[in-house]
Amino acid sequence: MNLFLETLIGGLLAGTMYSLVAIGFVLIYKASGVFNFAQGSMLLFAALTFVTLLEKGLPFAAALAVTIAILILGAILIERTVLRPLANRSPMTLFMATLGLSYVIEGAAQGLMGAQVHALDLGIEDVPIFIGDVLISQFDLVAAATAVTLALVLALLFNNTRIGISLRAVADDTRAALSIGINLNRIWQIVWAVAGIVGLVAGMLWGARQGIQFSLSLVVLKALPVLIIGGFTSIGGAIAGGLIVGAAENLAETYVGPYIGGGITPWFPYFLAIAFLYIRPAGLFGERALERV
Amino acid sequence: MSTQTPPPVATGAGLAPLVELRGIEVVYDAAILGVADISLTVAPGEIVALLGANGAGKSTTLKATSGLLVADRALVSRGSVLFRGEDITGVAPNLLATRGIVHVLEGRHVFGHLTVEENLRTGTFLRRLGRRETERDLDEIYGYFPRLRTKRKTPAGLTSGGEQQMLAIGRALLTRPELVLLDEPSMGLAPIIVEEIFEIIAGLNRTKGTTFLVAEQNIAVSLRHAHRGYVLDGGKVVLTATAADLRERDDLHEIYLGLASV
Ligand SMILES: Nc1ncnc2c1ncn2[C@@H]1O[C@H](COP(=O)(O)OP(=O)(O)O)[C@@H](O)[C@H]1O
Ligand SMILES: [Mg+2]
Repeated sequence: MNLFLETLIGGLLAGTMYSLVAIGFVLIYKASGVFNFAQGSMLLFAALTFVTLLEKGLPFAAALAVTIAILILGAILIERTVLRPLANRSPMTLFMATLGLSYVIEGAAQGLMGAQVHALDLGIEDVPIFIGDVLISQFDLVAAATAVTLALVLALLFNNTRIGISLRAVADDTRAALSIGINLNRIWQIVWAVAGIVGLVAGMLWGARQGIQFSLSLVVLKALPVLIIGGFTSIGGAIAGGLIVGAAENLAETYVGPYIGGGITPWFPYFLAIAFLYIRPAGLFGERALERV
Repeated sequence: MSTQTPPPVATGAGLAPLVELRGIEVVYDAAILGVADISLTVAPGEIVALLGANGAGKSTTLKATSGLLVADRALVSRGSVLFRGEDITGVAPNLLATRGIVHVLEGRHVFGHLTVEENLRTGTFLRRLGRRETERDLDEIYGYFPRLRTKRKTPAGLTSGGEQQMLAIGRALLTRPELVLLDEPSMGLAPIIVEEIFEIIAGLNRTKGTTFLVAEQNIAVSLRHAHRGYVLDGGKVVLTATAADLRERDDLHEIYLGLASV
């Protein structure tokens, strides 16, 4: 029983990280209607910038502030040079643009800051602790708490602030949003900046565990099944999807892995996602067209 | 359809136009002609009807005025649009909204996943109101459209066609516009709802002096409430007259279907 609980909880905690990565995608999908292939590179770039500034001797808070400032500038730059000229083009064109963008950002990150692996110490001890008689990683707990807090803050913002409601309005009907004075370009800038900051947090947590290196940008591959399960348009869905994937892959690795030689985690989420596609094509929380005419 | 109210009087007739289109031509995708040559004026305080069959160019004319052509990859390729005497040709729609032009799009573009009240709130965003002013202004709109109040927590996509049209108009009014462009508000609605909506428009026009340019295919209802009208055909103005004069003509249908020469 303890093994089951430990596996489940460990999986759920890891799943919150997947949720965090998926939220970055959801934000941009809602505002720009595109699957942002560059989200992984943005995450890598953000984490790499942060760790490089730390290595240059900046204190933690200053490094964080400077990194966030750079992400905001980057978002404005992307909006001006990529999104604005491509506005009203097909989603496919936009998707290709984010594909190109991912190479540019990756190139910039490694060109400016090098390709070596950086260790990142967030000062969270990674010693397992007992809760009752269940063994849990302290680091996972802190990471999960951070992810959940960030997700809750974002959900609150999107439901209650002017910018949040504007973003949801744009997601529903861009033309109508323009007609009542919503500044689409500013919404895009804000959303890409927020997605960058969410990427930074995810990158820091993930990077602290496995080092900050090129492979961080591959977390995109983890987020995709989460998005398929949770839906591309719902922050709640991204959270639930991440938890489901995290728990399921950990349980599968422990209980099914031994029979088929292990190594289940890379593909099991996709297996799960495809199963979900059969049952609920719009995702668990995906918004279907709400129309009653 | 024969309840004749006394012909309304154009309160702003003779004043400098609020909006003026000077011989505009619009092309979509740099290739498809939207309208060929439209000139019209709307005076402050007027309700002007824009009549014409499907494809005559009514929506294109409204989009040229509100700036929303950009969202359809179209632009004004000849002529100009003036608002209070200033050239606004090609200005971004969200900027024009802050300057007092609001466009209620054809086909009731409400934000389907937002509640009725959230939809209305979005209309106030450009004025950056405080909480108290927002509540006061929402209350005013609920006064005009009482059915919206009962649906305030309902996702807009789940309300009826008439409610969606009222919501789209209410949301537009919350931007505090000087000029409201309405694109076929009667489309797909029951006659009694259409009448209700036009009564509200005429009431707002009388009490607050709001100016309306209304594209319609429903000639009877729109001419009953408008002061003047323009008839479009093939992207050109083929006839303009006071609403009273237009109501007298029994050949309107033929004219705008291109069956008669004017
Ligand atoms: N989005 C669009 N893309 C290309 N052509 C368009 C578009 N919208 C309208 N048109 C063309 O412009 C002309 C006028 O259409 P429109 O202004 O919608 O007429 P109306 O509103 O009077 O029905 C039509 O020939 C139509 O085919
Ligand atoms: Mg039309």
